[in-house]
Amino acid sequence: MSEVLVLVDHVNGTVRKTTTELLTIARRLGEPSAVFIGAGYEQATSTLAAFGAQKVYLLEQPELSDYLVAPKAEALAQLAERAQPVAILLPSDSEGKEVAGRLAIKLESGLVTDAVDVEPGEDGIPVTTQSVFAGTYTVRAAVTKGTPIITVKPNATTPEPAPAQPVEEKVEVTVSEAAKAARIVERSPRAQTGRPELTEASIVVAGGRGVGSAEGFALIEELADVLGGAVGASRAAVDAGWYPHAYQVGQTGKTVSPQLYIAAGISGAIQHRAGMQTSRTVVVVNKDPEAPIFEMADFGVVGDLHKVLPQAIEEIRRRRG
Amino acid sequence: MHIVVCVKYVPDAAADRTFDPADNTVDRANVAGVLSELDEHAIEAALSLVEAHGGEITAVTVGPSDAATAVKKALQMGADRGVVVSDDAIHGSDAIATSLVLARAVTKIRETSPVDLVLCGMASTDGGMSVVPAMLAERLGLPQVTFAAAVEVSDGTVRVRRDGETATETIEAPLPAVVSVTDQANEPRYPSFKGIMAAKKKPLETWSLADLGIDAHEVGLSAAWSTVRSFERRPARQKGTVVTDDGDGGRALVAFLAEQKFV
Ligand SMILES: Cc1cc2nc3c(=O)[nH]c(=O)nc-3n(C[C@H](O)[C@H](O)[C@H](O)COP(=O)(O)OP(=O)(O)OC[C@H]3O[C@@H](n4cnc5c(N)ncnc54)[C@H](O)[C@@H]3O)c2cc1C
Ligand SMILES: Cc1cc2nc3c(=O)[nH]c(=O)nc-3n(C[C@H](O)[C@H](O)[C@H](O)COP(=O)(O)OP(=O)(O)OC[C@H]3O[C@@H](n4cnc5c(N)ncnc54)[C@H](O)[C@@H]3O)c2cc1C
Repeated sequence: MSEVLVLVDHVNGTVRKTTTELLTIARRLGEPSAVFIGAGYEQATSTLAAFGAQKVYLLEQPELSDYLVAPKAEALAQLAERAQPVAILLPSDSEGKEVAGRLAIKLESGLVTDAVDVEPGEDGIPVTTQSVFAGTYTVRAAVTKGTPIITVKPNATTPEPAPAQPVEEKVEVTVSEAAKAARIVERSPRAQTGRPELTEASIVVAGGRGVGSAEGFALIEELADVLGGAVGASRAAVDAGWYPHAYQVGQTGKTVSPQLYIAAGISGAIQHRAGMQTSRTVVVVNKDPEAPIFEMADFGVVGDLHKVLPQAIEEIRRRRG
Repeated sequence: MHIVVCVKYVPDAAADRTFDPADNTVDRANVAGVLSELDEHAIEAALSLVEAHGGEITAVTVGPSDAATAVKKALQMGADRGVVVSDDAIHGSDAIATSLVLARAVTKIRETSPVDLVLCGMASTDGGMSVVPAMLAERLGLPQVTFAAAVEVSDGTVRVRRDGETATETIEAPLPAVVSVTDQANEPRYPSFKGIMAAKKKPLETWSLADLGIDAHEVGLSAAWSTVRSFERRPARQKGTVVTDDGDGGRALVAFLAEQKFV
């Protein structure tokens, strides 16, 4: 069987859920080889093995993580030349997509970004599914030249464990001086919220302009916390400075695809819907019965969120005793 | 300082965007086209840099002849000159070919006047891949600094703030560089009446593939390294139950959540 390279997404060795999804998809196409770049590998081994990595390429050179996209693209290109994989899968976040873009040019290979599913086609070539034009169309595509390079969105599949004993191989690559030109000179990590990661959460509670103030977001957080969900925000709420940009849902924010999306005080502009269209169940609270977001609601309440949400929180607590 | 701003002409997001069943490409003929809204932030960033440091701005687009619309809007906002790269052979190009044409256009622009900065939007509003700036950097051999929420230039260095996934970062690179800006970077200005009048007199050139030394077989649908096999309109979501809050809305909401096993 042929190798499928999977770029591991991790924070100091803590593997993100998207990687387990990528490994699950890789198994449909061939034998997954995880590419681990950076420090903290000891932390990552058990997860990579549990989700079926047959091989792990370990790239620990500091210059691969101290700089931006370019060195990672160089490393993957050198690895791909050696391994001759049948496909390369990367996470569809901004870094993953840019690494993929540069890699596509280096390897003279086609690229598909933002896949929401990948299946082997009849001819063995991976066929991708993309959700385009703010989620109004589904497109199936395939790479026709070189090694298919595919970036895959979070929640594209349910991760399925398949225990393996990966062979580890340390790899040294050469990083050009040019790739080191852009550098991170300062870094302030965001405070941990203790809530699930927005793009991975199975429940998201999002607030918009109707929340009315930064203080109002305490209510959104409270509902998220009783449900064990993540908090999201519309751009209007972010632009008003009520909630950080990292939590924006939509075309220029995050795409989420949870089991449950609760939109409170959000009108449902196309750019917002682009980021939550594929949520399983949508619940809306909005005081305007004409708000477009109601058109996609599985359940909606026309009312003031400052009355409806506190009552809902109280009722959830009451039911749980 | 000479800044090249890359602007894309896209089908209006407010219109009913669709595909052409003849070749599975985006229908650009029957849907009104506009300057991709996110590229207005790139133009605005270029204008403020030039206002602070002096210099000039060249706006460039790759697309059908109508794509001149996108460049004209940039000229109205204040860019100094425009370039439209248009050729029938470009129709159906993938990101790889698009970046090739753009890179060659930038190369030709810098033959007459050295370029310090290539500014892009964070994503187009149609393809939305967010890969063209990185591909341009790769092809031009320039450092890339993307998704900037704030841009400054001093002493031959570009410095940006980026609100990343897990941290806020400051990133520096020597000029020339490719930079993309987010919609958090600024509030794009509206073209003034004076700007609209002045734009009519600004130089606007149209280049073909031949002008850039690109063979027609290197670009377009037939040269694309990926192909759309099918497209399908997603069925509209079914509208569910909507109740009006008469003092019981929160409890009704939780009853629904309980029924769906979320509570
Ligand atoms: C290129 C581009 C990219 C964009 N990207 C994004 C993006 O990524 N994400 C995004 O969200 N937007 C994005 N936008 C902006 C988008 O077009 C909308 O402006 C934005 O989504 C509106 O946010 P909102 O729904 O919170 O505000 P509004 O549209 O103002 O809606 C507020 C809603 O709250 C309701 N409301 C008010 N008070 C209450 C109350 N007390 N109780 C209950 N309901 C109440 C109102 O009835 C209204 O429906 C983008 C726009 C552009 C041009
Ligand atoms: C729905 C859809 C899905 C697609 N999927 C794929 C795919 O999976 N793989 C693939 O290879 N191609 C794909 N394409 C084609 C690809 O989008 C186009 O080739 C496009 O020109 C480049 O990508 P983008 O629009 O996503 O640009 P992005 O990378 O999102 O654009 C970022 C910035 O680059 C600059 N820029 C981009 N295009 C131009 C231009 N033509 N002229 C001037 N500046 C520009 C702008 O500053 C823009 O803000 C897709 C197109 C569509 C409409």
